[in-house]
Amino acid sequence: MTATALSQQFRVSSSKASYQFDAAYDEMFEAPGVPREHYQALHKTLLGLPPEELRKRQQAADLTFLHEGITFTVYGSKEGTEKIFPNDLVPRIIPSNEWTKIERGLTQRLTALNMFLRDIYHEGRILSEGLVPRELVYSCKHFRREMRGLNVPRDIYVSICGTDLVRVPDGSFAVLEDNLRVPSGVSYMLANRKVLKRVFPTMFRDYGVWPVDHYPQALLATLRSLAPENCNYRQDPTTILLTPGVSNSAYFEHTFLAQQMGIELVEGRDLLVHDNIVYMRTTAGLRRVDVIYRRVDDDFLDPLCFRPDTILGVPGLFNAYRAGNVTLANAIGTGVADDKAVYAYVPQIIKFYLSEEAILPNVPTYLMSDDSQRKYALENLEKLVVKAVGESGGYGMLIGPQSTAEQREEFKARILAEPRNYIAQPTLSLSRAPCVIDGGVESRHIDLRPYILMGEKVTLVPGGLTRVALRKGSLVVNSSQGGGSKDTWVLREGNGEDRVAKIPVIGR
Amino acid sequence: MLSRVADSLYWMSRYLERAEHTARLVDVELQLWLDQSPETGAGRWRFLLEGLHAPGAQGAVDATKLMNTLVFSRSNASSIVSCIATARENLRHVREQCSSEMWEQLNRLYLDVMQTKPDEAWMLKSHGFFRAVQEGAHLFHGITDATMSHGEGWQYIQLGRYVERTDTLASLMEAHFRRTAQPVDQAVESAEYLEWVALLRSCMAFEAYCKAHTAEIRPLRVAEFLILNPEFPHSVRFSVDRINAALHVIGDLTERRAKSPTRIAGRLRAQLSFSQIEEIMAEGAHAYLENVRGESAAIHSAIHEIYFDYPIETELAS
Repeated sequence: MTATALSQQFRVSSSKASYQFDAAYDEMFEAPGVPREHYQALHKTLLGLPPEELRKRQQAADLTFLHEGITFTVYGSKEGTEKIFPNDLVPRIIPSNEWTKIERGLTQRLTALNMFLRDIYHEGRILSEGLVPRELVYSCKHFRREMRGLNVPRDIYVSICGTDLVRVPDGSFAVLEDNLRVPSGVSYMLANRKVLKRVFPTMFRDYGVWPVDHYPQALLATLRSLAPENCNYRQDPTTILLTPGVSNSAYFEHTFLAQQMGIELVEGRDLLVHDNIVYMRTTAGLRRVDVIYRRVDDDFLDPLCFRPDTILGVPGLFNAYRAGNVTLANAIGTGVADDKAVYAYVPQIIKFYLSEEAILPNVPTYLMSDDSQRKYALENLEKLVVKAVGESGGYGMLIGPQSTAEQREEFKARILAEPRNYIAQPTLSLSRAPCVIDGGVESRHIDLRPYILMGEKVTLVPGGLTRVALRKGSLVVNSSQGGGSKDTWVLREGNGEDRVAKIPVIGR
Repeated sequence: MLSRVADSLYWMSRYLERAEHTARLVDVELQLWLDQSPETGAGRWRFLLEGLHAPGAQGAVDATKLMNTLVFSRSNASSIVSCIATARENLRHVREQCSSEMWEQLNRLYLDVMQTKPDEAWMLKSHGFFRAVQEGAHLFHGITDATMSHGEGWQYIQLGRYVERTDTLASLMEAHFRRTAQPVDQAVESAEYLEWVALLRSCMAFEAYCKAHTAEIRPLRVAEFLILNPEFPHSVRFSVDRINAALHVIGDLTERRAKSPTRIAGRLRAQLSFSQIEEIMAEGAHAYLENVRGESAAIHSAIHEIYFDYPIETELAS
């Protein structure tokens, strides 16, 4: 490993150094030029590849994505809205011991959040005890009064969750946000893996990486385990995926998952409800539906119950749900638990229900509804990140250090108008990882979204979607905001014992 | 299978067949034009429009306008470009139901025709365009047969293709018989000869006819070949046989065998199987083909009613 090779490949020597070392945690290097143990083999491979070869492999990977039509849709732009989700070739590696902690932490978190959802839609113990303010929950945009007193199978509200984790400068993971409604992106995790296997076959084998390919199967098993109790075919419930249709940003993912699971991809107009039973219209007549993996937001599910102008939903669906004749995954009204203001209370929520400390900490959060916290935040807007509580996908955000005075004024006005609707967090320096940029290796900020499935058992497929802020210096990783993704390798340790967590779930 | 999916596959296939048929007809007419005096040639354009049941059959017709209507117009839902765009749109909604090779092929065909602009240069090399459309459709069906399971979805693709073919063939011949003399069982020459050869070519049947009856063009045999031949893929009888086969498989798969589409298609099939061309001509070919078209429309409505858009009340009652 010569100094010139290093400077060529990693562009560290020039003054315009692209492989920056700053306060952020670096995934690959302990110190400039010194790779961490689990990155050594990858580092060596990268150094051994001539820049031309790296560029060629990246092009080959890009072409695969293009041909297979692995795309997403960007809202709010007029011209050609279908885009390829950029994929970066250099894998992100997570050692076994770190993953074990993530796994435990996320299982704990999701278990507690499910208990929280059950509680607020039933007795409301946590509200009576004043641990979470009642008005905070009831004022949440995604709180659904209709769900009061409704029992869901196994008491599981959130069965499919994608939690965003970031690595803070001291190297530990923290939870940035929970996605408990209709998290997307899992198809890119699978697609990245497929492409990487083609591009780096030997390194892949030598490293001992846990496979992720069983995700669709695990998802199907999870959905089936949530079949309604009075379903006729408990052994073989009819499971479908409900999509808003071709123009949805994640339509590719919907078709992909339906195909991989071997279930019908259904639109609202294919379904009808009669006597509180949901049917789909097939060429062989009406067929009863038991479990719906819905990728349609609460608001659009049932025009009789939620937004009356929706044509994506099914009239009468909510009544069938209420009657216990069909399961929706995720349940309705789960958005209250991933509200960014409720997020601030999750460590207390975990403690309240499980009597445990949170294994994965939160990021410090200032609630704008609190006078003193708001005062601090408004005085320090240029250091903070401000987020709207009910938004996701990187929409409705202010990043203080990169904002103009004008933008800050605008957000200040918005916060003062609706304090409940905003939170602020310190600007995090997300960890950095090496990425291929123009045939060279540069550092970019990343996060991690593992996917957790909760049904009869909890399944975390080892890995997840590592999202990359491809714009230099950017901290926003959302695909809608110029982000990309890379494959995530979770390493096996020694023997190959079964990685899939089998943790019994509290409840029925 | 979801009714919506079956519906999309069926229509995708119908539109693609229609695009291919139109491309073939226009191509043959352009070739024929070269062999005729300008006056006769201009008169023939009207026949083409009649044969396609296209708008604008009345009034003066000029080649450029006509080309635009039949090939590029988006306001004419049956123009080649409209048909291919609609076929693709139908397939796009059910992409996960077909193989990726099928999607890629249809998408490629779509992108190719969308790029084409009707200008002077295009008119000169339009033959290549019409060939490309026909080949694109053939390739699509070849890929479909090779890469897709021959299950229920595949059967709806066959159904759409042959229902459309029955209808377009019957229309074409109906228009042809209306303007020609009663077909005779002896060889014809010159202008009449050209007319009948054009009809055969419009059905891709010239070579196949020659194999069966030599190159001696006898109108009665041409009519027999195109209506009653059980082996040639662009004959009415062959198409109706395929419809029957597809409906039987679908009936078995969905356990709805006894319903109306099978009955109507079976009736039409029996007629074609046991008719003789002399009888048909005695009663009038025009009326016979009119009846074929009516029956094919009835089959279409029955399929729609039984498989795609059945009334829910009766379903729930049963």
